[in-house]
Amino acid sequence: MSEKKSLGKTFFNGIIPENPTFRLVLGTCPTLAVTTSAINGLGMGAAATFVLICSNLVISLLRKFIPDQVRIPAFIVVICTFVTMVQLLMQAFIPSLYEALGIFIPLIVVNCIILARAEAFASKNGPISSVFDGLGMGLGFTLGLVVLGSVRELIGNGSIFGINILGASYQPMLLIVLASGGFLTYGLLLGLFNLVVKKLQNKKSGKEAQAA
Amino acid sequence: MNLRLSTAPHVHNPVTTQRLMLYVLIALLPTAAFGVYAFGVPALIILLVSMASAVLAEFLWQKIARQPVRVGDLSALLTGLILGLNLPANAPWWLAVIGSVFAVIIVKQLFGGLGDNFLNPAMAARAVLLASWPVHMTTYVAPTFFKAAVDAVATATPLVMKDASLMSLFMGNIPGTIGEVSKIAILVGFLFLLVTKTISWHIPVSMVGGVFVFSWLFGADPVMAILSGGVLFGAVFMATDYVTSPMTPWGRIIYGLGIGLIISLIRQFGAYPEGVTYGILLMNIATPLIDRFLPRKIYGHQKEAKKA
Amino acid sequence: MNEIVNILLFMVSCILTNNFIFSRFLGCCPFLGVSSKVETSVSMGLAVTFVMTIASLFCYMIYNWLLVPLGLTFMSTIAFILVIAALVQFVEMFLKKSSPTLYSALGIYLPLITTNCAVLGVATLNVNNAYNLLYSVLNGTFSALGFTLAIVLMAGVRERLESSHIPECMKGFPITLVAAGLMAVAFMGFSGLV
Repeated sequence: MSEKKSLGKTFFNGIIPENPTFRLVLGTCPTLAVTTSAINGLGMGAAATFVLICSNLVISLLRKFIPDQVRIPAFIVVICTFVTMVQLLMQAFIPSLYEALGIFIPLIVVNCIILARAEAFASKNGPISSVFDGLGMGLGFTLGLVVLGSVRELIGNGSIFGINILGASYQPMLLIVLASGGFLTYGLLLGLFNLVVKKLQNKKSGKEAQAA
Repeated sequence: MNLRLSTAPHVHNPVTTQRLMLYVLIALLPTAAFGVYAFGVPALIILLVSMASAVLAEFLWQKIARQPVRVGDLSALLTGLILGLNLPANAPWWLAVIGSVFAVIIVKQLFGGLGDNFLNPAMAARAVLLASWPVHMTTYVAPTFFKAAVDAVATATPLVMKDASLMSLFMGNIPGTIGEVSKIAILVGFLFLLVTKTISWHIPVSMVGGVFVFSWLFGADPVMAILSGGVLFGAVFMATDYVTSPMTPWGRIIYGLGIGLIISLIRQFGAYPEGVTYGILLMNIATPLIDRFLPRKIYGHQKEAKKA
Repeated sequence: MNEIVNILLFMVSCILTNNFIFSRFLGCCPFLGVSSKVETSVSMGLAVTFVMTIASLFCYMIYNWLLVPLGLTFMSTIAFILVIAALVQFVEMFLKKSSPTLYSALGIYLPLITTNCAVLGVATLNVNNAYNLLYSVLNGTFSALGFTLAIVLMAGVRERLESSHIPECMKGFPITLVAAGLMAVAFMGFSGLV
């Protein structure tokens, strides 16, 4: 029972409380670069999730065999193997997405989230909870990318997932899908997120104070 | 008051902030009046819309953020007016609204309000509009002077057509944004600002000088380079913004020359026909570094000892 | 003479027009993380420049003289990251022995550079663009100088922001990102220079 509960907690930890995009602000380069549309965000998120689950699993299984001194290079080799697999698979089956994400697929290797989870979680926990951690963190990252991608696509192109939302008369704000718009949108959403979290916490502590 | 600058030691209380803003507004009157005279009712609408939305945005922000409302310091009004003067007269009204709101909320208030913004709000907003709606921002009409029918044809600025006479450039009988066309009106404003000691000569002179020298070096006609586009307007009213320009005389001269260099580079080699906005923004960004390496001498104090 | 002009144009392109931070999003983590002080950002920039230059050289040699003849180009990512990790380790040891002052200035940044995507990014870009040896190395140096320019300007702005009255929810990352966005807008002025 408690095992199940903690697995659920491990899973949800990455989605909201330690969301990589909006709470930890990790992996900013791909976050900024590929979120010009919702679909690109989804693709990047899926690729990173796959790598994260696999590398967490393998590293957790090998955690007793990897000497402490060379653990970082060993982690990188494991991660890199899965990244190369993803790269070849995407190239073969979804070449258009592969083109759109470009250089940022091989760069999943140096995505701080993956190495951070390997170091902070998988190297200390068993394979099952490591997989759940990878899944939760990966979905949290994907969620962040899809939200950012949707907002940018909506403002910069008037659509979400390629479906026109704002109508033909909308004159899209091109800047938002350019490089500078990525920084601006991310910063503003992050500020908004902080504001909402703070409001919720205030409400919560207010309620607790009332109850007490 | 809200001007928490080390940059401008002489700006300390609301009265002087308000007075400075008022002086700049007065100095802009001839330019604005000429713009309306040249481009007619559409120009008047753009100016009013951008001023109103800037003031309203500032008012609403300060209400929502539960700050004291300081619309009375006139800075939002000034930002709105300068942004409006930087738009083509036939721009759609919503462009002025978006630009003003962006300038006031994102470039100024998010960074802490007047005195804390590191970029000139109107300039940053103009660059954002230019990147977002390039067609609306670069379709200029020729001045009508209330004479002919208002359906003036869209034309290129002299920067693109390169055949306007120097006299019409000087008098303002050219297409362009509302505020930049008449050099006489701008110079009148400049004299007023100098006489009232609202600004010092360093930035405008070094910036215009920079454009003259560098465009000559890059093989353009230097006189033409100064009189066309927004060089004079930018040098007098936008580059001189207290908050975003260096505080020492030498710092100001370097800043002005830097803007001149960037403008000439962009005009001669870049993708954009005009570089005044970007020149000012880029040197705004460099301003903290300029001030850091050319610190102001503090009277009655030894120069700060360098830490080993 | 023509070659010199080409190299100069390439330099302007790497530093200003295609700035690693403002137009390619490479190296954002250290850009956001290590840009709060001008001194540290200068050190970081120098360390990155150093590593990126050597990494470009070594990755070029490994790729063209080892992986291509052996038909192992699909291994490039893994080869590059190992080369970079080894290089960073080596540079760290070398600096420690030969120049303690430089080491104390750059030392703590060196491990961070292994996971700086700018380094792996420049190696991959060199391959994708099929640059020759000279241009690969130049691309490494100039792109890193562009990174340095961006991070130092950012540090100047952030030092200034320290004393300003930013709304609570925007403090830290949010305002830094917005500032970076506005700086990127200004850098757009350089587009088309080359």
